[in-house]
Formats: sequence, structure tokens, C-alpha cells
Amino acid sequence: MQFDPNSLFLFCVAGAVILFVIAQSVFFLVRAYRRGCAIGMDKAVLRRTVLSTAVFTVAPAVSILLGVITLAKFLGIPLPWVRLSIIGAITYELPAATTTAQALGVSLSETITDPRVYSAIAWVMTLGIMPGMFVVLFALKKMQHGILKLKTKDSKWGDLFLTSLFLGMISAFLGMVFSDIRSGLPGFIPIFVLLFSALLMGICGFLIRRCGWKWLETYALTVSMLGSLVFAVIITPLIG
Amino acid sequence: MKSYDDRTHTVGRIWMALAISVVLAVPVSICVYYNAWPSLTAVLKGLLGVAPIFWTVGIIEVFTYGPMLGSGGSYLAFVTGNITNLKAPSALNAMENARVRPGSEEGEIISTIAIATSSLVTTAVIALGVLGLSFLTPLLNDPVLKPAFDNILPALFGGLAVVYISKNWKIALTPAVFMVVLFLCVPSLSSSVGILVPVGALISIGMARLLYKKGLV
Repeated sequence: MQFDPNSLFLFCVAGAVILFVIAQSVFFLVRAYRRGCAIGMDKAVLRRTVLSTAVFTVAPAVSILLGVITLAKFLGIPLPWVRLSIIGAITYELPAATTTAQALGVSLSETITDPRVYSAIAWVMTLGIMPGMFVVLFALKKMQHGILKLKTKDSKWGDLFLTSLFLGMISAFLGMVFSDIRSGLPGFIPIFVLLFSALLMGICGFLIRRCGWKWLETYALTVSMLGSLVFAVIITPLIG
Repeated sequence: MKSYDDRTHTVGRIWMALAISVVLAVPVSICVYYNAWPSLTAVLKGLLGVAPIFWTVGIIEVFTYGPMLGSGGSYLAFVTGNITNLKAPSALNAMENARVRPGSEEGEIISTIAIATSSLVTTAVIALGVLGLSFLTPLLNDPVLKPAFDNILPALFGGLAVVYISKNWKIALTPAVFMVVLFLCVPSLSSSVGILVPVGALISIGMARLLYKKGLV
């Protein structure tokens, strides 16, 4: 059988996986919304969460779409579409595909036409990222109960513990922004973008607190992110 | 009667088990349909290049992000992926806006709603993008827009950092300085930032504990 990485069959497989992701997301969304209403949370807050997250997600989602386009050049559309819609991230999928292709002595400069190479890449992409799912399946409940115990025992320390986890994540990404500065002025662009994003967030905070622009609270992170992306587009040609 | 949290784990585990089956069904169906089973050596060679680091990161991520995202959010985020660059910031931002604490039932609900919404929007954006690929590819690959897509993470974390660091600067100072110095000394670590998230978290927790014991936070 002639192999086509953009075949109807592969699109049907991708479609089935996407439907599963949609079903699971809708299930958890409706369940959490209903629970929120049941325990007396303000419906307006719940709706605002949906709206602000939806708006905020668009730009990062477009960058994920770029990952699909990058991988589609040699893997066709369906497999990257599946991989980046379920567990995957471009930071993992690209090295997984490249390593397997190299191991098989295949170039990724053109579309794969050998089904065995394609299936080997599909297996590596799948198996290489699955352990986290098994850990969630078997260990999450125990871990969450541990956190609950910690919070019950000492509520303030429990809150500080969770805040520290967030700060650890933010610190790692703050540090990463500085990794290119040895390459000269263009290496400073991510730092300028980060600082501009921080500045915009600061201005949003000022407008919310001092000018009473409460509506901006929902969109402050989106504004700071999109504003600094526009800033990146403007300064990069000037600096780089 | 089971609590909401216990029921979340029950349904979450069912969804997770289904997700594992669905994920595995993709390569199996490709192999069966095209009668193209790869050699074990080929798969092992490929895995050897990625598994040591990504298995480690994948396992550590559960212990780092699980407590942040809550139960429902974790069962969903660890299926839909893109946790660091999308789901965790979404949950964080939503909980901050709704003024609920992570780890509380309200935090669990808001985090789950944010992650589910983010997953749905991402799925829709990718689906629309795939449908309009011929139109969108030249636009998205335009060199003018490239700097924007190259700087998504700094743009995202700059705003988040202001909110979180300004509120907890005493705890944040040490891990932030440590990470900046580390990346300045070893720039190549930027490709494995996932491993450094738990390192940053451990330093933060240590610092928080110290300050808490001394009554400074």
C-alpha cells in the first residue's frame, strides 16, 4: 500500500483523538462549573475565568500551531496534530522525531514516505512522553492527599509551600531568559521583552488599583503578553 | 458518601486510563493499517536519545505541577500537554484573578475550569489552523512575526513574575538570583529548563521554610 502521511485514514485517527481530548475537557469543565455553583461560588467569577483564559490562550496556542506546521513538513499534518493536542509539546516532539530519523539514517528534510520509519517515529514520540501519565494515574491521589494533610496541619505553611512551587517555576523561566546574553545585543531581546511585559503588567496593576479599572483585571496578563509580543516584533529588527 | 475530591480521583483515573489507551492506539493503528511494524531496535535507538531526559522530566513534572494544578486540573493537563508554556500559567492567572488559594476547593475548581478552557481553545486554534494551513503557513512563517513566536515565554513570564514576585519577593529572590547566575554560567541549560523547574521549586521551598521558621513571611 502506498504510504501517505496525509492520508484520510491518518486524519480519521487524528480526528478520533481530538474528539477524545474535547470530550475530556468538556467533562471536567462542566463538572467543575457545576461544583463551583453548588458550593456557592459567584457564577460571574466562573464565567470570567472561562472568558479570560480563552482570550489568554490564543497567542500561545498559535505558537503551538507553528509547531504543528514545523513538524508537518516531514511528518504530514495528522501525526503532529495528534502529538501536540495530547500530552505533547514541540520541545519534546521535534527532538523525538529527529533522533529516531537519525537512528534510522533518514533525512528529515523531506516528507517521510516509508511507513516503517513513520511508525517508528510515532512509537518513539508516544513512548517517550508517557511515564508522566502513569505517575498521574497511580500516584496523584496519594500526592494530593499529602498536600491536603500538610494544609490541614499548618494552613499558612501549606499556602507558602504551594506558592514556593509557583515561584520555582517562574524563577527557572526568568533565569532562562538570560541564557543568550553572551551572543551580544540580540541575546538581550528576551530580557527586554520580559521587562516590557513586566512593565505593562505594572501599568495594568496601577490602572486597576488607582483608576478603578476593575474590568482590566481579567485581561491584564493577556495585555502584557500581547503588548510585549508586539514590542518583540518592533525591537528585533532594530537590535538584531 | 465519597467527597468531591475522591470522586475527582475516581473519574480522573478512568479518563487517564482511557487517555493512555487512546495515546497507544495511535501508533498501533498506524502499524496495523499499513502493516508497518518498526523493528524494536529502531524504536529503542530513537528512545535512547529522548527517554533518559524526557522520562525524568515527565515524572518530575507530576510532582512539581500536580500540587499547583489540583486534582481535576492535573488529570486533564497531563493528557492535553503543553503544561509549562500554557496550562500552568493559565491556572495560575485564573486563581490569582478569582482571588482563590491553590489547594483550596475553590482553587481546584478555578484551576480545572482554566485548564479545560485552555485545552478547548488550543484544540480549536490548532484545528482551525490545520483547516486553513495553506493560507496560514506563509503568514505564520513570515519573518516579521518570527520574533513574536520566539518570545512567547519571556512575554508570558514577565507579567506573571511581576504579580507573584512582588507579593513574595523575600522567597523569590534566592531562586531567581540562583537561576539567573546558573543560566549565565551554563547557557546550554536553556534546552532543559524543565529539569530546572523542580530545582527552583526546591530552593524556593527551602527559602520559604527558613523565612517561615524565623517569622519573616
